[in-house]
Amino acid sequence: MAQLKDVLKKPSSFYDEFLRKPDNYQQDTHYCPGCGHGILHKLIAEAIEDFGIKDRTIMISPVGCSVFVYYYFDTGNFQVAHGRAPAVATGIKRTHPDAIVISYQGDGDLAAIGGNNILQAANRGENITVFFVNNAIYGMTGGQMAPTTLLGQKTMTSPYGRKATWEGYPMKVSELLSTLEAPAYVERIALTNGKNLMKARKAVRKAIQAQIDGKGFSLVETLSMCPSAWRMTPVDAKKWVEEAMMKTFPLGVYKDVLDEREVGSWHRALETVPIEKYHEILGLAHEGMEVEGDVESVPKIFRNPKVLIAGFGGQGILLLGQTLAETGMRHGWNSTWIPSYGPEMRGGTANCHVKISSDPIGSPVVSEPNILIAMNKPSLERFEKDLAPGGLLIYNTSMIDIKPTRTDIEILPLPATEMADEIGSLRVANMVIIGAVLEKTKILQKDVVLDSLNAVVKHKKFIPMNSDAINKGMEYARNYKG
Amino acid sequence: MARIEVHKDHCKGCGLCIDICPVNVIETSKEINNLGYHPAQYKGEGCTGCTLCFYTCPEPDAIVVYRKD
Amino acid sequence: MAKELIKGNEAVIKGALLAGCDAYFGYPITPASEIAHAAAKYFPLAGKVFLQAESEIAAIQMCYGAAGGGVRVMTASSGPGISLKMEGISYSAGSELPIVIVDVMRGGPGLGNIAPSQADYNQIVKGGGHGNYKLLVLAPNSAQEMCDLTMLAFELADKYRNPTVVLTDGFNGQMMEPVEFPEPVKKKPDKTDWAAMGDAKTRKNLINSIYLDPEEMEEHNVHLQEKYKKMEQNEVRYEDYKLDGAEIIGIAYGTTSRVMYTAVDEARKKGINAGMLRPITLFPFPKVKIRELAESSKVKAFLVSEMSNGQMVDDVRLAVEGKKPVNFFGRMGGVVPTVSELLEQFEKAAK
Ligand SMILES: Cc1ncc(C[n+]2csc(CCOP(=O)(O)OP(=O)(O)O)c2C)c(N)n1
Ligand code: SF4
Ligand code: SF4
Ligand code: SF4
Repeated sequence: MAQLKDVLKKPSSFYDEFLRKPDNYQQDTHYCPGCGHGILHKLIAEAIEDFGIKDRTIMISPVGCSVFVYYYFDTGNFQVAHGRAPAVATGIKRTHPDAIVISYQGDGDLAAIGGNNILQAANRGENITVFFVNNAIYGMTGGQMAPTTLLGQKTMTSPYGRKATWEGYPMKVSELLSTLEAPAYVERIALTNGKNLMKARKAVRKAIQAQIDGKGFSLVETLSMCPSAWRMTPVDAKKWVEEAMMKTFPLGVYKDVLDEREVGSWHRALETVPIEKYHEILGLAHEGMEVEGDVESVPKIFRNPKVLIAGFGGQGILLLGQTLAETGMRHGWNSTWIPSYGPEMRGGTANCHVKISSDPIGSPVVSEPNILIAMNKPSLERFEKDLAPGGLLIYNTSMIDIKPTRTDIEILPLPATEMADEIGSLRVANMVIIGAVLEKTKILQKDVVLDSLNAVVKHKKFIPMNSDAINKGMEYARNYKG
Repeated sequence: MARIEVHKDHCKGCGLCIDICPVNVIETSKEINNLGYHPAQYKGEGCTGCTLCFYTCPEPDAIVVYRKD
Repeated sequence: MAKELIKGNEAVIKGALLAGCDAYFGYPITPASEIAHAAAKYFPLAGKVFLQAESEIAAIQMCYGAAGGGVRVMTASSGPGISLKMEGISYSAGSELPIVIVDVMRGGPGLGNIAPSQADYNQIVKGGGHGNYKLLVLAPNSAQEMCDLTMLAFELADKYRNPTVVLTDGFNGQMMEPVEFPEPVKKKPDKTDWAAMGDAKTRKNLINSIYLDPEEMEEHNVHLQEKYKKMEQNEVRYEDYKLDGAEIIGIAYGTTSRVMYTAVDEARKKGINAGMLRPITLFPFPKVKIRELAESSKVKAFLVSEMSNGQMVDDVRLAVEGKKPVNFFGRMGGVVPTVSELLEQFEKAAK
């Protein structure tokens, strides 16, 4: 423990003058006489000075009486929303791992409105230091009940005394947080007699040192006097901390694994990656095969394919559509793909819409397809009527035991699932279909489709089988005599 | 010899220093300071330099302790 | 340029990284989750921070911390999560923090559904949080714009020190389209004059939205309003789709505008002189252009379509000032208007 200095005076990590304070008393705090906040401020300020970290330190002022922490500390400062300091601290620390981030919070702030924020920050082991001021009451708003208010304690909102069966028990934050694995150090201190003050001083320093050492989350809970809201003299308030509060909130170290942790083990340094690498990282560096699309040899109806693909989830519907859209793009055309979305997704059905066009595509929705691919019976029943006259219907006879009824369309019945099974996997039924689409419409080139699969298919081992399936689909369509 | 200095215009007269001083060498002044409080004052001798009044004082600049003067 | 067929939601993240985004904080929600998935995948590879927050409340506050520290940061969500972010959004507007927020709108109110919607317009454009603040709001209508406008959002957020929203919908987020990705942004603005970065140079800085003194609070508000005025002067963006000589002016943004392009074309085939103004910035709103159209003798009527109960239409009416009829056609709850519905509306307006 650091030696005491010969002269103990206002630490240099406090501003010389509190210029942000709007009154004429810019050497003095805004706190009431005898308020614990001021005492804790001084201990923190002394540690910041002694550790030489004021340039690196960011103090977070909460909502509560300590809302103006930033009046006092000559450090980087944030004022934040009620209870959110641990989340803000997380945002700062994760992006500035070398900053020393100190979250300062009252009991309404930390234990009530910000309860989940502190719990989660502790559980993530944020490498921050939290000073938690437990004064068993809401000071700033005029003495309402806090989660830490003692049983029987009268406040403005528990005027007959807090009752366990109505408001629950005083919340023991140190005990609670110390059950988590991530926190490195949790201690409860008080600011009463000399012995406790010296322990408090030590705890404050230890909690900041833990962060400097990159050992993770630490929290110091301070039983603190609020003479004003308690309606006591400062000296009586101090006695009340010792006689009443400490019974409910015993002092002591609740968690300390600092010695077990390596220096830097919870320091989350950021790696610098040159931006020249970004395209590679984002998968944009690959060179896919591209061709210039040509529609001259394509039957007119298929020159701007509007494809509706429908079936069960798991039949590779979405992938089928993506492959078509990807291939269309690689022919230099515009393309859109949208999955069935919203209410239609229920019941395991899946469908997607693909448009490919040399013109900009307005609505990506395919309401009147010129190519309909029906992979199961409900899809045929539902969408056959929507197909444009002269359009192409490909339906999966392996799964559909009815026949289409329209006579003004081109129909290709295709036992896609059975063919896929023969090829070796039910999962390539969608590729059999693609083969048939290629053969029938002539709009997309096969080698571009095959190359597109590299971009679309996640499991590369399926690619040879996919190619086989596409060939079989093409062959079937070529030889089919309707 | 140790001693303390109370900057009376920065003292809020809370009495915590007086209460904590083990050798009872701080007292309340009769004077009213510019914050409107009776500030603490050093009795002039007997300080052991224990520093407790400094640490218990909530105000940044109300008390200075000279431990070896 | 690198081209890829990609979902709008994913394009957001690739665009964000190329714009130099340093951190992503978010909480999962359909139909915005792919944004988080992509951030989780790519950010660590680029040495950037991805962290799943405990809630949207926390996510936006983490952004507050990171942005206050001077880095580029973003979050994304949808309706229920955006409502929770309102606290942090108001604080960020007050503290003038450049945060990029993506709202992939879904059906509401309440839990609603995951289908596309545009019912958060009022919440995002008009307020939602407390206080006299404005967000810059960009409304992409393609996967390409999901990338481009996200990148622009970072630029504008920094330029004005203001939270900036990319307001899109589930449809645009889920749709895949070819996107050309630009080169990464090389230079980011210096923020040492206001950000608190945990170093000597920025030690003096304070990130803050509290002004106890009403006069000072008013002064800060006046400063904010001046900033918003500058945005209105400099940042209005819209697309002119066949407006020249048009008699019936369609107005739609996002997915609805995609449907409207086609409806305009169909209407023209039927001899209706239709055109569309597509706001790309919702704040600042292209009200000057709309007023100009309203004053043109050629223009007969306006047709506004939204996937909502009629929210943007209020802004159109304010701009038109009663000079011409303003018709509205909306679908709600996740239903996307169809081309034939809009065509019918154009026909009605042309009568
Ligand atoms: C969202 C929100 N709700 C309520 C308030 C009002 N408020 C200000 S301070 C405070 C209580 C603070 O109490 P505590 O955290 O115990 O700190 P103390 O004042 O006792 O130091 C409340 C409820 C607020 N500012 N923001
Ligand atoms: S109300 Fe209580 S906590 Fe607030 S400044 Fe006064 S004594 Fe301190
Ligand atoms: S330093 Fe100790 S002995 Fe001296 S005045 Fe202060 S409390 Fe009393
Ligand atoms: S503790 Fe400080 S403020 Fe209180 S009486 Fe003593 S010198 Fe004054």
